[in-house]
Amino acid sequence: MTSHEHATTYVPKSAFAKWFESRLPIAGLIHSSFVAFPVPRNLNYFWTFGGVLFFMLVLQIITGVILAMHYQPSATAAFDSVEHIMRDVNYGWLLRYLHANGASMFFVAVYIHIFRNLYYGSYKAPREILYILGVIIYLLMMATAFLGYTLPWGQMSFWGATVITNILAAIPVVGDSIQSLLWGGYSVGNPTLNRFFSLHYLLPFMIFGVVILHVWALHVPGNNNPAGIDIKTGRDAVPFHPYMTVKDGFSLVVFLIFFAWWVFYMPNYLGHADNYIPANPAVTPAHIVPEWYFLPFYAILRAIPDKLGGVIAMFGSIVVLALVPWLDTSKVRSAMYRPIYKQFFWIWVVVCFVLGWLGAKPAEGGYVIAARIATAYYFAHFLVIMPLIGFFEKPRPLPRSIVDSVLGPGASRIPVGAAAEPHAKG
Amino acid sequence: MADAAVSTAEPTRRDFLYLATTAAVGVGAAAMIWPFVGAMAPDADTVAAGAPVELDLAPIAEGQIVKLFWRGKLIFVRHRTEAEIKAAQDVNLNTLRDPQPDSARVKEGHAPWLVVYGNCTHLGCVPLGHQGEYNGWFCPCHGSVFDTSGRIRQGPAPINLPIPPYAFLSDTKIRIGESGTAAA
Repeated sequence: MTSHEHATTYVPKSAFAKWFESRLPIAGLIHSSFVAFPVPRNLNYFWTFGGVLFFMLVLQIITGVILAMHYQPSATAAFDSVEHIMRDVNYGWLLRYLHANGASMFFVAVYIHIFRNLYYGSYKAPREILYILGVIIYLLMMATAFLGYTLPWGQMSFWGATVITNILAAIPVVGDSIQSLLWGGYSVGNPTLNRFFSLHYLLPFMIFGVVILHVWALHVPGNNNPAGIDIKTGRDAVPFHPYMTVKDGFSLVVFLIFFAWWVFYMPNYLGHADNYIPANPAVTPAHIVPEWYFLPFYAILRAIPDKLGGVIAMFGSIVVLALVPWLDTSKVRSAMYRPIYKQFFWIWVVVCFVLGWLGAKPAEGGYVIAARIATAYYFAHFLVIMPLIGFFEKPRPLPRSIVDSVLGPGASRIPVGAAAEPHAKG
Repeated sequence: MADAAVSTAEPTRRDFLYLATTAAVGVGAAAMIWPFVGAMAPDADTVAAGAPVELDLAPIAEGQIVKLFWRGKLIFVRHRTEAEIKAAQDVNLNTLRDPQPDSARVKEGHAPWLVVYGNCTHLGCVPLGHQGEYNGWFCPCHGSVFDTSGRIRQGPAPINLPIPPYAFLSDTKIRIGESGTAAA
């Protein structure tokens, strides 16, 4: 196992830097984590989404803090305050669209990041805790997004809040108490909105804390890579700066172009038109639909005919993700070398999209049957297919080293360009 | 090109790239920060609510002090008596902490009308009219005394009561304030 050593190559240059470093070695920490840190030289662009996610978290926090200067979290004023932001606040329209579409982009990035983990086996030993911290971040993101969506107090905000808080009442014994504490009253109302605003402001900072643990846990073994084999010699790795900083930077720019296209050309497409109608507790919209990133879970929830069963299945579909390090029995990490698993992985990806599509459909007729089949397959992939494939699959032979996987066998004799600094790895 | 001396003598493509990238990042960062800072500036409805206000002077009796708000700040409009005007004008400017003749604090030809901000220039309390040794204003918080021209005479306040922007539209009507986002 390659463990990142803590001897730093950072040398403080000025007298002030030396003085400071001896008291709080943060410059050395940043240097060893984000400048000198050895990173496999074969990383592809699927490894840039962690950096993208960090940027999106910071962007959501900054846009959110400024929006909170103008937003009013009361049931009578919230909707109008959002329109006030859109029309009267300088650049308010931009901040609002950045924040709303930013949430969608956040989920686009996190889903690509998760798919990367499941394909390349980044959840396998010794990265289990790193992976589970990621699942926790994902759950916190979902809570934050749900809370944020209620804040404009449109029809979808109100009815989405009603549906989700009614779901919690299904929990036996404590369900009604939890529901009452969330509502702050006898139904979704002004107290609910006020506390949802408070929690929506709080949770991103909790996400930030878990992200720090997540990056820390990553830096113990170092990054996984597309070949799924460990760094063996210094030639397998390159220093984080400038190689990954530039790669992350470029990926971020492309991602931001994609983001900007939504913000400036289709800012309301990912939302729901009904949320531009002020909340009316007496009229339920014809089809209550959550935001696109929740649709697969919504499909799973509705697929089970029993109320509590649906709740268990919905949460179970995320909990099962956390169990993957132990459900996958294969000794090989990366799907690049697992020909059978690779195919089932893509089938599972298609099933996820199908579940998403079904989540937006009314829960009637053929859609219900399809949702049940897709839900069953979703769980079967984790609970049946993953464990079995590990036993029966014959993996392709692994390359001898990362350098070999990039340059082909016999590459070890060819001198390779920039290697990681000599202190690290091998 | 292998000399050690070259790095100090001639700039290389790398130097140009570093410089150009840094400049681009600087411009990009400024462009990104601009909307966030701009969103903290007063928004359109606040600016609209801060438009100038008109005041009819006809109902204000001699000796009366009227209070109004413009942009959230208190303003005194005082219809001064002959005695108050004379007391304000007959002053040795050298005795004033913040020397200003009364003529500089009123509009020409409209000496009876004094328009000042209504917060003590010490720490902001609202001073009480027709009180203090000069019958101008007296601030009860720390004892500042202002005369009938709103000038500081005793106590800790450092400067005279400031004059807001205003103009006479006619002999009996003034417009207080100015438009735009400029501070008063």
